Amino acid sequence: MLNRLARRRDPGIRGHEAAAGWLFLAPVIVILGLFLVLPIAMAVWVSFSDWNGNGSPLGAHAHFVGLDNYRHLLTQPGLDQNNFGTSLRNNVYYVLLVVPIQTAFSLFLAVIVNRRIRFVGFFRTAFYFPSVTSSVAITILFLFLFSPTGVINKLLSYLGATGPSWLYDPRGLFHVIAGQFGVDQPSASLQSHIFLGVSYWDWLSGPSIAMCVFILLAVFTTSGTFMLLFLAALQNIDDSVNEAAALDGATEWRKFRFITAPMIGPTIFTVVTLGLIGTWQVFDQIYVGTKGSPSNTTLTPAFLSFNSSFNSNNWGVGAAIAFILFAIIVFFTVVTRLATRSPDHVPRRRRFGPTQPLGTPDASRVASAGPGSAP
Amino acid sequence: MNDATAVRRRQLRTAISYSILVAIAVVFIFPFVIAVATAFKTEPNATADPLNLVPSPFTTEAFSQLYKDQDFLLWVQNSAIVTLSVTFLRVFLDSLAGYALARLRFRGRGAAFATIVAVMAVPGVVLLIPKFLMIRQLGIYNTYYGMIIPLLVDAAGVFIMKNFFESIPVSVEESARIDGANIFQIYWLIVLPMARPALVTLFILSFQGSWNELAHFIVSAQSTSLNTLTKGVAQLASGQLGSGNRYPLKLAASVLMTIPVAVLFFFFQRRIMNASSGAVKE
Repeated sequence: MLNRLARRRDPGIRGHEAAAGWLFLAPVIVILGLFLVLPIAMAVWVSFSDWNGNGSPLGAHAHFVGLDNYRHLLTQPGLDQNNFGTSLRNNVYYVLLVVPIQTAFSLFLAVIVNRRIRFVGFFRTAFYFPSVTSSVAITILFLFLFSPTGVINKLLSYLGATGPSWLYDPRGLFHVIAGQFGVDQPSASLQSHIFLGVSYWDWLSGPSIAMCVFILLAVFTTSGTFMLLFLAALQNIDDSVNEAAALDGATEWRKFRFITAPMIGPTIFTVVTLGLIGTWQVFDQIYVGTKGSPSNTTLTPAFLSFNSSFNSNNWGVGAAIAFILFAIIVFFTVVTRLATRSPDHVPRRRRFGPTQPLGTPDASRVASAGPGSAP
Repeated sequence: MNDATAVRRRQLRTAISYSILVAIAVVFIFPFVIAVATAFKTEPNATADPLNLVPSPFTTEAFSQLYKDQDFLLWVQNSAIVTLSVTFLRVFLDSLAGYALARLRFRGRGAAFATIVAVMAVPGVVLLIPKFLMIRQLGIYNTYYGMIIPLLVDAAGVFIMKNFFESIPVSVEESARIDGANIFQIYWLIVLPMARPALVTLFILSFQGSWNELAHFIVSAQSTSLNTLTKGVAQLASGQLGSGNRYPLKLAASVLMTIPVAVLFFFFQRRIMNASSGAVKE
């Protein structure tokens, strides 16, 4: 009110405000425009061109080739399509395993560290620590743990088992399991039907043993972050509800099922969405760990996009992969959104609640529940 | 008697909870302990006896190799230059923009904010090739500028700052305005000091993010003299295995590069835990 009066009396301030507003925003807008918006436009052009890395993609070296690059990836049999199909297969299994496991595991961690127990701060810290370390350092650590003569196989040998060679093992997990049941030859129809350059039999391979290491790595490094998200949601649940349920004789499981689970719906949505977005972008770990080997079974679209451009100088194809990957990520985000928007979904209520910025009393409640505050 | 059963049952449940917690904690901590132990081992010892937590013989050979045979100090220096520039400038620019979006009234503010949110949704990996193209086009490929400038702004940081500014009461600013302070003075002298918690949060997130960044440095520079820790150590990891597996060397490098973020983490752990939950809550 006061503000409005002041402005009416002195229009100059409003003029100042507009100028200052744009001035304050200018660096952000210039940098985002220069390194996000314009480059994307440039990359769209490259994905329709035959540019091979020489000179500028905007100069005489690049020629318009229409949808050729996309065709090479999606409809035209050949090496490009084969690699792309393989990378999709690998990444699909990675997503299918990592997202549910990390969501369930981080929720489990949050529930057990949400109790009033001793040393709870220590446990929260321990579970969160892998999330702050660099992907390079963690990947190297996992290369060592899972090396053929490494820690994991040593542990397995104490149990009398012989571990696989992990990152050198291209066998698909489902193929290995099928093999245990005597199915080690694909039927002719599985072998002859091909989608995106990959036979149905290979689509059904499951993640390779090598990819399983990256799946464990992802769960190890992301569970802590998501645990914190769940923890914040759990601490928003009023204790009196749980106490009332306990008085009514509800068991732990029933309390979780009928009170906790519905209340943390929006957080589950957030975690699944962030999980999907993250898992479709695996790059660092592959770059440091395997570069796609063995037999391309850890190749991911993100790494393939990079490799096609920077190493094979096939920039059009690399850019096209990036945009297809973008479409995939947008698709899954939208689908998750729609799937969780059913009318009887409790979470909606909280979605429309007031936002809770950092530093407000609510956020500091989360802070005081941090690891330092162990009783 | 009923009471005694209840107590015993509760004790049993606590015992089970603790066993589960301890078991998981061991799985989470053990790998890091192994990493530190292996960094002080000889290569044959690391290979033959990976589980042993006591190096025998104990050696700092891996660390001196990093110093002598690799450009480790150069990587540290590059990482420090890039991380510190990115962190300080990012905190400043994000808070400027956040303040404008939260407080200043002007036409186009809504559109600007919508654009920033839309940009936030573009996955980073998709941007690798586009960024490289632009950096080269601008002639800053293989320079610190190319490594630093594209990282200077992150939409999430603008978002965090905007939310924080909206949460503090506007009355202080109004009285300052009546006293004749101009907009930048209000921002710099009054609002920013009040925003310390959010600034610290953003500082930690930016530091951790740019210290651990790998992909952007791969596409923005080629010269080995511009290698950051992440890039140098990554090349060490995927280098030719001609002379054995060199795990003590690689793990020594990993341990060293983790120290700064680990220190920051233990120093500010409360705030970090707060930040990562607060940032996504909106």
